Amino acid sequence: MTEPLVRVAGLHKSFGSLEVLKGVDLEIGAGEVVVVFGRSGSGKSTFLRCINFLEDPTMGTIEVAGIKIAAGSPTRFRRKQIQSLRKTCGMVFQQFNLFPHMSVLDNVMEAPRRISGDSAKDVKDHAMALLADVGLADKAAEYPIRLSGGQQQRVAIARALAMKPQVMLFDEPTSALDPELIHEVLSVMRSLAKDHSTTMIVVTHEMGFAREVASRMCFFHEGVILEQGTPEMMFDGSRLPETQRFLNAVM
Amino acid sequence: MSNTPTVEAVPHQRHGLAESLEIASLKVPFRIKVALVWLVIGGLLLIGFLKSGFDIAWMGDHAAAIVKAVWVTIAFSIIAIACAVGLALLGALGRVSRNPIAYGVSGFYTSFFRGTPLIVQLFLWYLALPQLALGLLPEQYATWFIWPAQVAGIVGIAFNYGAYMTEIFRSGIEAVPHGQAEAAAALGMSSGQQMRRIILPQATRIVIPPTGNEFIAMMKDTALIGLLGTTLMWADPFRMAQLSGKADFRNLEALIAAALVYWGLTAVFSIFQRKLEERMGRGYVRQSKAKT
Repeated sequence: MTEPLVRVAGLHKSFGSLEVLKGVDLEIGAGEVVVVFGRSGSGKSTFLRCINFLEDPTMGTIEVAGIKIAAGSPTRFRRKQIQSLRKTCGMVFQQFNLFPHMSVLDNVMEAPRRISGDSAKDVKDHAMALLADVGLADKAAEYPIRLSGGQQQRVAIARALAMKPQVMLFDEPTSALDPELIHEVLSVMRSLAKDHSTTMIVVTHEMGFAREVASRMCFFHEGVILEQGTPEMMFDGSRLPETQRFLNAVM
Repeated sequence: MSNTPTVEAVPHQRHGLAESLEIASLKVPFRIKVALVWLVIGGLLLIGFLKSGFDIAWMGDHAAAIVKAVWVTIAFSIIAIACAVGLALLGALGRVSRNPIAYGVSGFYTSFFRGTPLIVQLFLWYLALPQLALGLLPEQYATWFIWPAQVAGIVGIAFNYGAYMTEIFRSGIEAVPHGQAEAAAALGMSSGQQMRRIILPQATRIVIPPTGNEFIAMMKDTALIGLLGTTLMWADPFRMAQLSGKADFRNLEALIAAALVYWGLTAVFSIFQRKLEERMGRGYVRQSKAKT
């Protein structure tokens, strides 16, 4: 097996006295699509946010694309490391979090323009290509508030891709969307997985998407990965009682 | 159903005088009534002034000098607000910083300058600072801190208002949703880039209306600078009124003229500010469009 792209080892995270993650280990290879699911409060979102250090782990190490960072104090050196690691991870949030004071195109170009060192023309061409990929090239000059939730989330995906990340993190990307807008976001994600072989970690309740796209599914329960496996294994009806109960509830 | 006859009966009843007046009054729009109240207050004041021997001719002769002094108020206010915005920006960045020096300095700054009277601060800059400098520094450097009243006054007002505006700017920064900084951080932007490119532009929009209020208050407080001492050239409307009013024992006329100057100035700026707020209140859509 080739070197994993993402390696999470012994990950613990507490908020005060509340221990949300109680030792999570996970290795993800390039091109894998890992769907993380579980009840709310099971730690799945915290897990995702620990990978790019939006939450600072209490214990454990995270390694993405060869950048390995252990839990520790926020020293200047470590902050720099975290910043480099974040450039390798694109993140898509439940609430989109587009920058409201910037046009769609500027949203996508902002980070590469400030950080990547690519020429202005390359940055713009890449941004326009990404907007075309998510089907929103015609909205480049528009401001986020003028877009529907589904369109905003597709812009957010383009924005995350603009830094040419090695892994994409999706934190419940369709949970804030009206039902009729969910499919347009999922189809962009599906195309990322199938046509571009993007490595993805997706926290979601969309089990249809998981069944179709996931290479692996991880069931989070009370701060640990209780069980994991391919979608076929997960949906064959012979899981642990906790997993089975959750799957029956959401499907 | 049972009270239908009563309802029909009412128009046929004879009204008392009070009732007729009430009905007539209800037909006059609220705004017109309020305008009438203002007119009555103004009329009463005018009658009172005239009865007291208010010297309109004197006012005609001297008001021009008082009104002309408004440029001093405008100049002081603009310089002071520019300095105060700079101080408030630094102060607010300190208040949201996790650097203990920045946080501590800005905390001391807002605490002291919001916790002591403005007039005391003005005299501290004007009279106490030179003494401190002379006591600590060789004379050629100490003289740098001996300022004309106007400079001490503007610095004093800028520091005082900067302290209040620090809290306005801090709350503006904190009003930007946390997800904005997170999204920028997740893209690999440094905390400085997050602040400059993402947080501050959005906070600016939030703090413009309250900053306008501070500016209006500041315009009036520039009248305190005259208390430190002044020259004829730098005399503001209040100081001009005092000078000319005392000389001819026409204090009422002079001070009313000065008050009207400040009132007019703040009224004009309030209109300007209301327009600005309307513009920003139109929602983010138009506001964003207007920027491009």
